[in-house]
Amino acid sequence: MSTHDADLTWIRPSKGWAAPDLRELWAYRELLYFLVWRDVKVRYKQTALGAAWAVLQPFATMVVFSLFFGRLAGIPSDGVPYPVFAYAALVPWTFFAGGLTLSSTSLVGSQNLLKKVYFPRMAIPLAAVLSGLVDFALAFAVLLGMMLWYGIVPGPKVVWLIPLLALALCTSLGVGLWLSALNVRYRDVAYVVPFLVQFWLFATPIAYPSSLLEEPWRTVYGINPMVGVVEGFRWALLGTDTAPGGALVVSTLAALALLAGGAFYFRRMERTFADVV
Amino acid sequence: MSEIAIRVEGLGKRYRIPHARRPTMLREALVERLRAAGGVLAGRGRPPAEETFWALRDVGFEVRRGEAVGIVGGNGAGKSTLLKVLSRITEPTEGDAWIRGRVGSLLEVGTGFHAELTGRENTYLNGAILGMKRAEIDRKFDEIVAFAGVERFIDTPVKHYSSGMYLRLAFAVAAHLEPEILVVDEVLAVGDAAFQRKCLGRMEDVAREGRTVLFVSHNMDAIQRLCSRCVLLDGGRVAALGESRAVVAQYLARGGGEYAAGSWIDLAAVPRSGSGEVRFRAIRYGSPGPDGTGPAYPGGPLRFELVLDSDAEREVGSMAVSLRTPGGTLLINADVFAKGRTLRLRRGRNTVAVQVEDLPLNPGVYSLGLWTGDSFGPGYDAVPGAFEIEVVPMHGGEADRVYMERSGLVACRFDVVQEPLPDADGGREPGLHASASSAGRA
Repeated sequence: MSTHDADLTWIRPSKGWAAPDLRELWAYRELLYFLVWRDVKVRYKQTALGAAWAVLQPFATMVVFSLFFGRLAGIPSDGVPYPVFAYAALVPWTFFAGGLTLSSTSLVGSQNLLKKVYFPRMAIPLAAVLSGLVDFALAFAVLLGMMLWYGIVPGPKVVWLIPLLALALCTSLGVGLWLSALNVRYRDVAYVVPFLVQFWLFATPIAYPSSLLEEPWRTVYGINPMVGVVEGFRWALLGTDTAPGGALVVSTLAALALLAGGAFYFRRMERTFADVV
Repeated sequence: MSEIAIRVEGLGKRYRIPHARRPTMLREALVERLRAAGGVLAGRGRPPAEETFWALRDVGFEVRRGEAVGIVGGNGAGKSTLLKVLSRITEPTEGDAWIRGRVGSLLEVGTGFHAELTGRENTYLNGAILGMKRAEIDRKFDEIVAFAGVERFIDTPVKHYSSGMYLRLAFAVAAHLEPEILVVDEVLAVGDAAFQRKCLGRMEDVAREGRTVLFVSHNMDAIQRLCSRCVLLDGGRVAALGESRAVVAQYLARGGGEYAAGSWIDLAAVPRSGSGEVRFRAIRYGSPGPDGTGPAYPGGPLRFELVLDSDAEREVGSMAVSLRTPGGTLLINADVFAKGRTLRLRRGRNTVAVQVEDLPLNPGVYSLGLWTGDSFGPGYDAVPGAFEIEVVPMHGGEADRVYMERSGLVACRFDVVQEPLPDADGGREPGLHASASSAGRA
């Protein structure tokens, strides 16, 4: 048998670090689609409020932030009304945090699949992150409504939202890959995640602007990839003049490093998932 | 074009022994690392290597295109591990396997079914998980639903399905998978007898269509009907390879696995309920024959020897050995109560034998249960599914002629006769008369 036919599968022990097989993941795109579709369908079944939860979470947080940080603490908001300032950051943040939380427990939650069927395992955390896009769209629609209310009209810079959303996705998936693979072996991860998300929320300029920082530090702050995402969203939508150039570059590099590291680590661990989970 | 669909060479899979427990909490992992490092620093050398065992070792065989090959072996022989490796669910530790063609594995029916989703949604999801393309599911959808017989409930969430409907739908999806190579593990061990038969029929169709099939089962009857060749695994190694009948015979001669006829089976650790005043300790079963004790076969004698412990001298009103289908239907309940007698147990160890004279069951796998208690009072000990026993077809001799090629759970002796009947209507031909009257009776 020669090894170059397309329909020949060679099963052998793999050694060391291997690159994630993106071509195979692409071949399983229909399964990925169905997994996303399942997550979306199932999420709000048997809930009284249904998809309203997608909006309620960031919106309620915005109200609390506006009251305490905006009103009481008088935190500056780069010249836009504080509620829009906070909500424009909370929309991508909720997408990121939700994706991270769901994907980190996704493998353990799908253990019957891991043990009974073969497919690229990466499809599971990836589907968990992608399924958050529907919630994002709903929350984003409310954001547009708020901007209309405050009379803010976005300029052509809005096209930047697409790469910014991709950046949020990469970050969420990168962390999700690390945590989901770790969670297969160490169930501690499930307890770490809520803490991590909360910590990360305050480490990201959501309730406050990053313009509070002086310049070399504002760029360094971009090491947290969500800094680039959040400030980018504000800049692209609300027209704040704090273009996050330097920080955005740092954030992009950090997110890519996180994603690549996560993908390699995941690939290394995935061969034992079915045995360990 | 190669004629070989699956080639396995020197395949091995090593697992860590469960009691050599690995840390599953981060804290334990860290502590262990530190302790190991401490040991090295203190000059005690490396910590002892983890205990491991080989679930598969040096396994090699070939499957030709269009061939159905069975894999048999006792519990823990490595059958499921082999299928998992060939399905790419887990990686081998050593060796190679080459598979030519699209593989569909059925290690379970209904994998990925979600209770909240409707029958229709689950059909698509499960189909995609099993490797079907969306267009393929679209095309076969009506056929799948009809096969399962759930047309009216297809838009109802499956959590409202009966377990039978759920299984039928799950199997229907799986049955319409059309891979070039089908890998099946004990899927037939679920559901009631009628459902199992339907599954088996479908599997036979698949094999007849010229697909390559790799089939693991404890059901020797099914294996022999479906597969031309078999691989016998024992302790993770290939113990025999060849024509099904010969390999199955060899397997049965070796004692057919852990719960084989003729050897004592320890019941100390099986799940049970009851007050525990009397407990089943061990059981041995088999068909006594000229060459010693053999496996159970249709129409044959079957003897159960039981060891019971009692905490006091007592008279026991009921003690029963039962056989059920894997779906749970009670087939036989041999109870001392039914004989109008009681069982006198002394304090400590007791032995009792239950003998079935003419086992009325066809080849298949049956679940054995044990019960003892007072006739109308609470139970002392109940072991609902102690283990499974297999009723095997007997080849050769009179038994072969009488019991082979039969379907249905229950074995009964019957005959078909054709003879002239008393001429009641004068001019009628006897043949016509007979067929008319038999049609009337049916």
